[in-house]
Amino acid sequence: MLMLEKRSNPSRGWTYASPIVAVILTMILGGIVFAILGKPPLETIRTIFFDPLFSEFAWFYRPQLLIKGAPLVLIAIGLSFGFRAGVWNIGAEGQYIMGALGAAAVGLAFYPTDSWIVFPLMIIAGTLSGILWAMIPAVLRVKFKTNEILVSLMLVYVAERFAASMALGAMRNPDGMGFPGSRNLSQYPSAANLEIFAGSGMHWGVVAAFIAVIFAYVTLSRHILGFQVRLAGQSPRAAAFAGVNPARLILICLGISGGLAGMAGMFEVAGPLGQVNVGFNVGYGFTAIIVAFLGRLHPVGILLAGGLMALTYIGGEIAQSNLGLPSAAIQLLQGMLLFILLMVDVLANYRIRFAAGEK
Amino acid sequence: MSLLTIENLTKAYPGVVANNDVSLEIGRGEIHALLGENGAGKSTLVKAIYGLVKPDAGKMTLNGADFEPANPSAARAAGIAMVFQHFSLFDALTVAENIALGLENPPPQAQISEDVRKVSDQYGLPLDPEMIVGDLSAGERQRVEIIRCLLQDPKLLIMDEPTSVLTPQEVTILFETLRKLQSEGTSILYISHKLEEIRALCDNATVLRLGQVVGTCDPRRTSARDMAELMVGMALQITSKSGKPLGDVALRLSNLTAGAPHQFGTALKHISLEVRKGEVLGIGGVAGNGQDELVAALSGEMKVGAQMVVMGDIPIGALPPNKRRAMGLCAAPEERNGHAAAPDMTLVENALMTGATRLSLTRNGFLQWDKARAFADAIIETFDVRTPSANNTARSLSGGNLQKFVIGREIMQNPDVLVINQPTWGVDASAAASIRQAILDLANNGAAVVVISQDLDELMEISDRFAALNEGKLSEPRPTQGLTMEEIGLMLGGAHGMEVAHVDA
Repeated sequence: MLMLEKRSNPSRGWTYASPIVAVILTMILGGIVFAILGKPPLETIRTIFFDPLFSEFAWFYRPQLLIKGAPLVLIAIGLSFGFRAGVWNIGAEGQYIMGALGAAAVGLAFYPTDSWIVFPLMIIAGTLSGILWAMIPAVLRVKFKTNEILVSLMLVYVAERFAASMALGAMRNPDGMGFPGSRNLSQYPSAANLEIFAGSGMHWGVVAAFIAVIFAYVTLSRHILGFQVRLAGQSPRAAAFAGVNPARLILICLGISGGLAGMAGMFEVAGPLGQVNVGFNVGYGFTAIIVAFLGRLHPVGILLAGGLMALTYIGGEIAQSNLGLPSAAIQLLQGMLLFILLMVDVLANYRIRFAAGEK
Repeated sequence: MSLLTIENLTKAYPGVVANNDVSLEIGRGEIHALLGENGAGKSTLVKAIYGLVKPDAGKMTLNGADFEPANPSAARAAGIAMVFQHFSLFDALTVAENIALGLENPPPQAQISEDVRKVSDQYGLPLDPEMIVGDLSAGERQRVEIIRCLLQDPKLLIMDEPTSVLTPQEVTILFETLRKLQSEGTSILYISHKLEEIRALCDNATVLRLGQVVGTCDPRRTSARDMAELMVGMALQITSKSGKPLGDVALRLSNLTAGAPHQFGTALKHISLEVRKGEVLGIGGVAGNGQDELVAALSGEMKVGAQMVVMGDIPIGALPPNKRRAMGLCAAPEERNGHAAAPDMTLVENALMTGATRLSLTRNGFLQWDKARAFADAIIETFDVRTPSANNTARSLSGGNLQKFVIGREIMQNPDVLVINQPTWGVDASAAASIRQAILDLANNGAAVVVISQDLDELMEISDRFAALNEGKLSEPRPTQGLTMEEIGLMLGGAHGMEVAHVDA
């Protein structure tokens, strides 16, 4: 009989190896799924995982990796604080939307003023909008013990409706001949989040994502806040005994994740996306949850996982256009990746035993 | 002829031989004591008898026939019953329902209720089958477990540390019951480390150390001290008090009152006491009478009225834990895993957990890992914590070792007031002696210490004054010198309104 036995110390080897094993298993199982769909499995896997990096058109795809990866990493870093502390912000998508709207509101209000101050103000506005939106579930949880999972998730749909009403109403482009959507901020130099080196894909959001990774790494490993976050997540009672104030921790964790999600929204609306429109959000806030766990809530892991997830996005698009792979198959692949990782994860904390005879 | 013989039983786990060539013989109607420190192999041996563990080698004979139980129900069918140290009862169900759940083929509920009444009457174990278990005292819960065993008409009853949760009066009731069973020919295997009990109750004793039988004796003719030394394998250190005069009042509780923090918690009612510098105040009582709540109110996990807890002359009742630590109040809660320590964190991180404030292990909010590591290493060294390194997780330590670490962590912060709940729970005799000595040394150096424990012998040994906690109320503290067990029992609230067994054996 197969038995799982808890390890007294988690295996270091498996902690690092399990994401790699999970990716390889996902490739194999994904290949089987693709074969069932009637697509050539090897070619599809190659298209998704290798073409964006190494094909002859990689020069076009590589910048895309940064553009797709930056918001994922930024949001996932924020989420990782809460997830470690047992504060489950599932509504980063909503905070991302509100961040984009807040930043766009500031940018559009200044239009067409030419000043260096506009861009920083938009970053602040975007971040604050995300924080404020996240404070709704945070305050409700602290004051009334509501479930932040439900509240933050439901607020995503409120934010989507709000974004649609903005795109059709207050923020609609007055020169847009009645089409929905705001002015294009990426064409308003004072507000545009441009590439720092042309053609590199390296916009300010990418810089912010790298800074966030470093900030998170230092906080989690060297600062008392990071220690309290980890303690609260592992043993809430021990945390209370150690003097961690749970209400304060909930506000901080939701604040960090909301703020970074809002910031990600700002960089998107001012750069790659350009404008506020109906349904402009593409699910970064949700995918970032996968990225956070795939990166085992570790900043460096999240950086790598964000890259990997961006790869499947871009590779998936290529496979869609070149091989006619349905987009749902790509989402399936991404879901499988998380699922398999959680399975493989068991090996880091448990050891498998083949027990004979004993019940 | 003997009832159960065990010959040359051996059971090894990876890295440790839990039972090495153990032989044992239990006669009919004999109360046999199994003695040993934690990790001596008592549990493994008992689990082998009860069919929970399959021995690697050796032979067991029951009633002259080979005995190899494949699982507990086979052992029960052969006439073995066991009362575990930790009860497996459902709080929300009645006594009769709980008993039905533990039987292989339960008869109808009404039949069980009748059987329970009959057995409880016969053996002097007062118990109402219709009571909800959640409302019972620890002693009454144990009776549920015992009656569940007796309904199976066992030939051998195994009892694992049965008195650890009982008041002295409840212990008396239990012993009467066990003697009655003995007189009817039931054998009892009695596991304990309380030597005086064994001397009072048992006919024979087998002593285990590090998985091996190191001796057998007649406990009625052997002194407790000799048995202890046989168990530990060396002469025991005796704790010493200095007898220095006490200083000013260091901690004062005035009318401390607080509601129960959760459904199964206990409300604290009008607790007042004073502890002086250099004094050890012992608080006894059966678990679940407000011990956890009292520790939480003192440590700062539970905020109460500011004036209810006063340190020196500063009201601290409303301050959070780290402010109290900064002022010199440290605490060690009972539950090691998940409360006093975070099981998945390393010992370095666990040292940091409560040490950060008093030992300045942070600078501007940044952790100073080198200092934290040095602190953890110092605890490990001073309190003889057995671990490969400070980088091991807390959960990789045995209970006793983690206890030494947790107590050491608080004592080495050199607090002015120390509050400890169950300082030596699950710690072996020699380590317990050194923990007690460390507590006394701290008091000798002028700290006020509050020790909450269910081990009355321990409280008598180290405290200057004793008070009892019963249903959230604290009795008037009395000097321990000259206090008799009977007086203590009365302070503990008698036997929870239960009359002593009316056994007519």
